[in-house]
Amino acid sequence: MRKIAIYGKGGIGKSTTTQNTVAGLVEAGKKIMVVGCDPKADSTRLLLNGLAQKTVLDTLRDEGEDVLLEDVRKQGYGGTLCTESGGPEPGVGCAGRGIITSINLLEQLGAYSEDQELDYVFYDVLGDVVCGGFAMPIREGKAQEIYIVVSGEMMAMYAANNICKGIVKFAQSGGVRLGGLICNSRKVDNERAMIEVLAQKLGTQMIHFVPRDNMVQHAEINRKTVIDFAPEHTQADEYRALAKKIDENEMFVIPTPLEIEELEALLIEYGIAA
Amino acid sequence: MTGKRTEPIDPEKLKKEILAKYPAKVARKRAKQIVTNTIDDAGDVPQVQANVRTVPGIITQRGCSYAGCKGVILGPTRDIVNITHGPIGCGYYSWLTRRNQTKPPTDQDENYMTYCFSTDMQDEDIVFGGEKKLKAAIQEAYDIFKPKAISIFSTCPVGLIGDDVHAVAREMKAKLGINIFGFSCEGYRGVSQSAGHHIANNGIFSHVVGEDDSVMDAEYKINLLGEYNIGGDGFEIDRILEKCGISVVSTFSGNSTYDQFANSHTADLNTVMCHRSINYVADMMEEKYGIPWIKINFIGAKSTAKSLRKIAAYFEDEALMKRVEDVISEELPEIEAKRLEVKERCEGKTAMLFVGGSRAHHYQELFKEIGMTVVSAGYEFAHRDDYEGRKVIPDIKIDADSRNIEELTVEKDPDKFKARKTEEEIKALEDSGYAFKDYKGMMPEMDNGTLVIDDVTQFETETLLEMYKPDIYCAGIKEKYAIQKSGIPMKQLHSYDAGGPYAGFRGAINFYEEIDRLVNANVWQYLEAPWQAAPQLSAKYAWE
Repeated sequence: MRKIAIYGKGGIGKSTTTQNTVAGLVEAGKKIMVVGCDPKADSTRLLLNGLAQKTVLDTLRDEGEDVLLEDVRKQGYGGTLCTESGGPEPGVGCAGRGIITSINLLEQLGAYSEDQELDYVFYDVLGDVVCGGFAMPIREGKAQEIYIVVSGEMMAMYAANNICKGIVKFAQSGGVRLGGLICNSRKVDNERAMIEVLAQKLGTQMIHFVPRDNMVQHAEINRKTVIDFAPEHTQADEYRALAKKIDENEMFVIPTPLEIEELEALLIEYGIAA
Repeated sequence: MTGKRTEPIDPEKLKKEILAKYPAKVARKRAKQIVTNTIDDAGDVPQVQANVRTVPGIITQRGCSYAGCKGVILGPTRDIVNITHGPIGCGYYSWLTRRNQTKPPTDQDENYMTYCFSTDMQDEDIVFGGEKKLKAAIQEAYDIFKPKAISIFSTCPVGLIGDDVHAVAREMKAKLGINIFGFSCEGYRGVSQSAGHHIANNGIFSHVVGEDDSVMDAEYKINLLGEYNIGGDGFEIDRILEKCGISVVSTFSGNSTYDQFANSHTADLNTVMCHRSINYVADMMEEKYGIPWIKINFIGAKSTAKSLRKIAAYFEDEALMKRVEDVISEELPEIEAKRLEVKERCEGKTAMLFVGGSRAHHYQELFKEIGMTVVSAGYEFAHRDDYEGRKVIPDIKIDADSRNIEELTVEKDPDKFKARKTEEEIKALEDSGYAFKDYKGMMPEMDNGTLVIDDVTQFETETLLEMYKPDIYCAGIKEKYAIQKSGIPMKQLHSYDAGGPYAGFRGAINFYEEIDRLVNANVWQYLEAPWQAAPQLSAKYAWE
């Protein structure tokens, strides 16, 4: 079982990319569980076709300690197992602690055990690593591979670099590795070249360049992945390609985060000045 | 570690030896907190660094901000329901553990001190916020007890997740129609419990003081601030004051009630026992209501007499002064007889005091009275002014930790302000040598060459015991057993072990007897660990 966490700046398209990639892997016959680690609980919407999912934490609150795995896990597209950690409303409580509680419960319920015969677990994590809770999926060997969704926009690259710092910290103690950057194009000038250089400087690869296409939004409004909504579309092939690359990936590294000056120089050289 | 030291100790040499064991950075910091006392011709003492963070890894005596707020200041009040908002540990372990006594008029009167109220937060409350549970707890406490007031104490997790205890307090106050107020006294708020004292002072002053304007029918009305009735100290002080005809409107906060706090602004004088924990309220009450404050000390027979005379002098009333003198001369002979008897056996013996924010100073009086010498002393959570006197206050650096505590801006109350004395009257008293609003601190009253140590560490304590071999060491429960194991008698000055009262006249007798017993019947010196009596086990490896 490969355990993968997807990180990246808020709004970069982590959930969309994760679910579309998962759909690609499902097509290739893989059995997958997706764990949404975002209090908004919208990480599995496209796989469940919008089906409202009762979150792990809500279930814990309603049912007490006596929770069954079926209560918190629904079957979605192609037999994917979908679960949402959930969390408090904005400005209240501690969402990070919520993710810790939720992943602990899933483990306790045997969601990761051998008999589930999973090929992949995907953790879709909110935004940046802001506190210990959001680092939970990369601690204690819960996820072994990280993919960072990034674009050629400055703040997205800043975030990617910051996430790499978090990975370095846990790589030494927990064995987590960076699998690559996924460029989710925003049609920024020189985007592909810039992300390739960033990947190289971080000691990793740009595993795939996902072009921008409105079909993603069409599929989303229909609560579906592109592969599900328009299997013949070229964008569906992009996600299939990304899925294949992840499945065949063998490059796992401890990243080498950049100093801020170095990152800015990169932006000037490839972005604004080019 | 038994036996007497034979050579005099050079405190500077000892300091060097202690610092040599620390890493350079720690040594630099501790060097400013370990000072040999010298009093120059102007009466000035050296500067001591105090009220700064303890270096992580050092075994400190200190407690947390929650402990200072809930345990020390509000704990001794009997009729406010004190709810600890947080996981159960803080609430449970702060449940009536300071031996602060209380005596309701009848057993039908409210007394919640024996209860332990907590919201018992669970993981779920941390994740989703604990405000709902807090409201439910307040409602439940109200339904069962119908108290006059409920207060809420925040523990660390509450601050981390951002529960707004003050908003909850306002909402429930409006709903239930009783006084409800919260304290942001999360344990991490300050470098020690001292931050919690300040937070408690601010809260009580903002939410309770001034709520009840009825004036007690009495001639000489004072408040006793910073007296917590440990082991019944407050009862003895009350007895003496009553005998003198002086009435206590409110004690902050030994044996106190909500109504006393609410009414405390009607007193004519604030007398401050523990300067560290309560001077904030004294200052604010002077500013807002016009009540002057003086420092007093009821620990030690001489100090008690002096304090009574000081209170009487404030009222400038011949009858009161005479009555005070009568009480002193009536009480003193018995004490004097006991003192002389005990002094014979204790004269020349040595003591060390590392405790509190005023006790390490106050109790030196009692030791002096029986001829004992204090060779080293220090506070656990005091500030520089408690060591060097209030005159250094303008020089105290305000650091980030102090800024963490709200500083209230207090103005004259347009209706309730009443200057108790005119400026001329104050000036006349001051000209005759009367000190208002002053605390000279501990060091000017200690001998030259004594060692003053702030926030003493376990390692330093052990070194002091070994080098000085004092006849008694006074501190708290955390230090107690290590000290006794080293063969030296130990007296707790936070909780008094099982003893007390030690304040006032009768308290002095109790203390003389207790110290006599401890230093002259030192059983600890006969304790031997098995490895001291018998040779150590010897063994060899099986393959040898």
